[in-house]
Amino acid sequence: MLDYIWLVPTFPLIGVTINGLLGKRLPKKLVGLVACGALGLSFLVSVIIFFTLLHLPPEQRYLEKVLYTWISSGAFRAEAGFQLDPLSAVMILVVSGVGFFIHIYSIGYMHGDKGYARYFAYLNLFAFFMLLLVLANNFLFLFVGWEGVGLCSYLLIGFWYERKSAADAGKKAFVVNRIGDFGFALGIMLIFSTFGTIDYSEVFQAAPEKFSPGALIITAITLLLFVGATGKSAQLPLYTWLPDAMEGPTPVSALIHAATMVTAGVYMVARCHVLYLLAPISLTVVATVGALTAIFSASIGLAQNDIKRILAYSTISQLGYMFLGCGVGAFSAGIFHLMTHAFFKALLFLGAGSVIHALAGEQDLRKMGGLRRNLPITFPTFLVATLAIAGLPGFSGFFSKDEILWEAFSSPHGHFIYWLIGIVTAGMTSFYMFRLVFLAFFGSSRIETDRTHHIHESPPSMTMPLIILALLSIIGGYAGVPHVLGGANRFHSFLSPVFSGHHGGGDVVDPSASTEIVIMTMSVLVAVGGFLLAHRMYIKRPEVPAILADKARWLYQLIFNKYYVDEIYDFLFVNSIKNGANRLWQLFDVRVVDGSVNGIANLAGQGSSLLSQLQSGYVKSYAASILIGAALIIGYYVLR
Amino acid sequence: MQAITTFFWEHPLTVITFSPLLGALILLFLNKRDVSLIKSLAFIVSLIDFFLSLHLYFYFQSDTYEMQFLEKIPWIPDWGISYQVGIDGISLFLVLLTTFLTPLAILSSWTAITKKIKEYMVFMLLLETGMLGVFIALDLFLFYVFWEAMLIPMYFLIGIWGGARRIYAAIKFFVYTMAGSLLMLVGILVLYYLNYQTTGEYTFDLLELMKTIPPPAIQTWLFLAFAISFAIKVPMFPFHTWLPDAHVEAPTAGSVILAGILLKMGTYGFLRFCLPLFPDATIEFIPLISILAIVGIIYGALVSMVQQDVKSLVAYSSVSHLGFVMLGIFALNTQGLEGGILQMINHGLSTGALFLIVGMLYERRHTRMIDDFGGLSRQMPIFATFFMLVTLSSIGLPGLNGFVGEFLVLVGTFQANKLYATFAATGIILAAVYMLWMYQRVMFGQITKPENQRLVDLNLREVIILVPITLFIIWIGVYPKPLFQKMERSVQHLISQVNRPRIIKVEREVFLVSGPNKMVYWTNVPRIKE
Repeated sequence: MLDYIWLVPTFPLIGVTINGLLGKRLPKKLVGLVACGALGLSFLVSVIIFFTLLHLPPEQRYLEKVLYTWISSGAFRAEAGFQLDPLSAVMILVVSGVGFFIHIYSIGYMHGDKGYARYFAYLNLFAFFMLLLVLANNFLFLFVGWEGVGLCSYLLIGFWYERKSAADAGKKAFVVNRIGDFGFALGIMLIFSTFGTIDYSEVFQAAPEKFSPGALIITAITLLLFVGATGKSAQLPLYTWLPDAMEGPTPVSALIHAATMVTAGVYMVARCHVLYLLAPISLTVVATVGALTAIFSASIGLAQNDIKRILAYSTISQLGYMFLGCGVGAFSAGIFHLMTHAFFKALLFLGAGSVIHALAGEQDLRKMGGLRRNLPITFPTFLVATLAIAGLPGFSGFFSKDEILWEAFSSPHGHFIYWLIGIVTAGMTSFYMFRLVFLAFFGSSRIETDRTHHIHESPPSMTMPLIILALLSIIGGYAGVPHVLGGANRFHSFLSPVFSGHHGGGDVVDPSASTEIVIMTMSVLVAVGGFLLAHRMYIKRPEVPAILADKARWLYQLIFNKYYVDEIYDFLFVNSIKNGANRLWQLFDVRVVDGSVNGIANLAGQGSSLLSQLQSGYVKSYAASILIGAALIIGYYVLR
Repeated sequence: MQAITTFFWEHPLTVITFSPLLGALILLFLNKRDVSLIKSLAFIVSLIDFFLSLHLYFYFQSDTYEMQFLEKIPWIPDWGISYQVGIDGISLFLVLLTTFLTPLAILSSWTAITKKIKEYMVFMLLLETGMLGVFIALDLFLFYVFWEAMLIPMYFLIGIWGGARRIYAAIKFFVYTMAGSLLMLVGILVLYYLNYQTTGEYTFDLLELMKTIPPPAIQTWLFLAFAISFAIKVPMFPFHTWLPDAHVEAPTAGSVILAGILLKMGTYGFLRFCLPLFPDATIEFIPLISILAIVGIIYGALVSMVQQDVKSLVAYSSVSHLGFVMLGIFALNTQGLEGGILQMINHGLSTGALFLIVGMLYERRHTRMIDDFGGLSRQMPIFATFFMLVTLSSIGLPGLNGFVGEFLVLVGTFQANKLYATFAATGIILAAVYMLWMYQRVMFGQITKPENQRLVDLNLREVIILVPITLFIIWIGVYPKPLFQKMERSVQHLISQVNRPRIIKVEREVFLVSGPNKMVYWTNVPRIKE
């Protein structure tokens, strides 16, 4: 069965081909069926593969399948090949599973759109590239998926291309990602020139043999790869594209900009854990960037009013957690949070989509309120996701976030500061999420009157995925119940063949289990504190936020305007490059380079017109010049 | 019929090169009012030529670096001039690119050209013969003849069927290229006499000339004489300013041929002549050429970003792309050279397609200014799809052709010099900026100009033009192996030619049992580090 791994990305590719070429002529129902069916089959195969793996003894859960040699030039070889191991198995399950539900949701969400077939072709194409990304067996093939999902992200952010803001956001996403990919590509080149191969298995086997921990070249490789990750996974300083990416249709935000694509960087770092563990400096960089991004972006989320933008900043913040986990060496904790986050954040976005759908496109929290009565399915599922992301005990986010926080505190790569940042962020997360819930679903309605009659719960194709994801947001966490709570952390032991021999996190039996309990209790307290604060500010005394904002005006403005980072980037890079290029063209290229070409031509022209005057046609002047010339020659010989 | 077939089997290159000329001769006898007959005949001739050239692809031997389909007929024996033609794994693809793009270029002129159609088609066919001749000639004299001859039809194509400033552009193109060529002519003659001094034989035969290497001091000058001529053609920074003018003024088909094929003659010249003939000078000039290539990559991209005319944007982007090709060539390793050669083909396909696409817009709106467009996607979805695909190919998206070439060039460069590769790689960021920004301003947003409301999508002829290019763009991106297989031996041989050991005679006393004896050793001093 494992040999059929190639089927997993093939189904969506077939879907793209059908919907891309014929989509316009097919009835809408068929288009949706083809797209969902394609991914559904991928999901089915992934599930079968997952269980086949489970039945194998842990050390045999590995398969490499090379389709063909893609590029072969001298010593450089890149294959089109797949690698299946527990890590990629988890990833294809998440991608095809969550992807499948979001495809179904899209049938309802996009039903009235003109670009229905185009939408589903793009969505399938995304699934294809994402599955390639997580299944590739070498760095360059990974890069195909990596840039491919970037392309789909570009196409889907700019899906409503007639809106300038959407087209701008798409381009911004692509270009910022390209900046990351610049580093990533250099990383691949450095890998090739160091190891003579770009194959995962060969590189990861050779690295510990050839290099000792702290080797400069490994540090360089891992840092370059991480530059790519900061682009794709929206970390400091390349995160600015993700909030703008919310211009795309909401299911796209759920699938690409929350559940799957943006986690590619985390997957990549985990995949290269062998290299990162050889480079302590890089691990520190990963953890620090992750932690700083987490708190920075959560703080922006505190004061936003656009429901999708809050979720976008929250995604950036949660991705920061995942990197924090990887950076302290707890790779399986990072992947665990990747999975639970995929469930609850996809659910949050889809829930937000359902709200927006109900309000005919309204995204501003200030114009919502009291919706819990109107949306009987959306509200409870959204609440479940909120409880999960806030990390309340029993929900999936609790287990995964807590594992990261505990590792940040206790791992040999960890530090008290990391934990402190993490727990403050957890408090902020809980606050801004409950703020969102209270503003949207509680209180009195602030909905504009022309929208009120439109409010309705979404069709079953949209609510069914909400329910399933809500279930997953609860039970997903029980795959990794820590030992200290009497669990077996199955998730961790399933991944252990991949991260074996290294500190993968989770299985460290701490001598002081009581410390872990204390740490855990503190995160619960912080989460509850966030909830209580939000409750006090937005339910009990709704006048407080405005007073606070007025009192600390500059702070509020700073956060509200996202620390003015976009403006700073525009000033520093975008505008200065544009102006510089304009000058380069108009002053240097036209005047200097081309000017000198034309100058030489003019010089030749003027010189010859000067000389042509000699040829006047007057016999007299010719005779005179012959005479003068003869005189000069004779004079020269005579006087010599 | 039998005789023709046999003749083709024995002289495939000659037949392929001169059948367009034959077609042009036939066209001359047609009544100029038979417009559709003239167009059809020109198209059919070029199409047949393409199918004939497939023979070269299928019968090409991948396991040798030797010149294949070789023909040699003495031409002016007293001066050592012969008609000698042949191809290897480097020129094979350029021949194919030429025969592939010419019919598409002719097809693209179907309705765009309205005046003097007969003359236009005659020049197109003459141009094809000239270009093919450049790529197959293995005699320096013959090469020079084709090199110059090909300028003439291009000069007329720009000068007669071009835009408003066509005369200026045509003369600039002609004189600039000519000035470079004259330097090369001097170089060829010096090489010719040097060879006579060494071997006592007068010959322009490239394969013979390659066997002797001029002294390093003279090599430098000879290299320069050839290189400047080629660098103008490429064009390398700072010799590039004829290109935007020529492109902007040329008719669509002229731009396609110019970007797709003519520019490759410059890079081909480096590969075919500079590298093997002047290996010491080649190594000497690596830093200068690499730095100029990198400047070209970044400079071309930056200037491209702020262009207001789509055609001149694509023209400047060619400066950037060809910079990658040059950089790859002068990395002088397998990946760099193979990537560079592949990138020559890729640029021919994707930039050729871009000019075709711009031409299709121009035919509809009679403007190429970016500001005159906007929101076209809604009106022209099929066009939008092709345009997007070609744009992505041009910015090197993995899975499409541009990535394979560009990445290999960077891999090759990275091994030769990490700093060069790092600077060059910024080009992949800038390419995304200028191409996507242009695409956005042309295709996305609302339609603001009333003229754009009535735009019609591509017709069947236009789709037929773009489909073959698109297929190649995807094919090379997904499965480039056949191309690498065919060029591999030739590239290896080229590297060994540059790296040809300087043979130093060492005399050493060796004591044998019978007594002291003198033995002569030949030691090898490799030029470049492996």
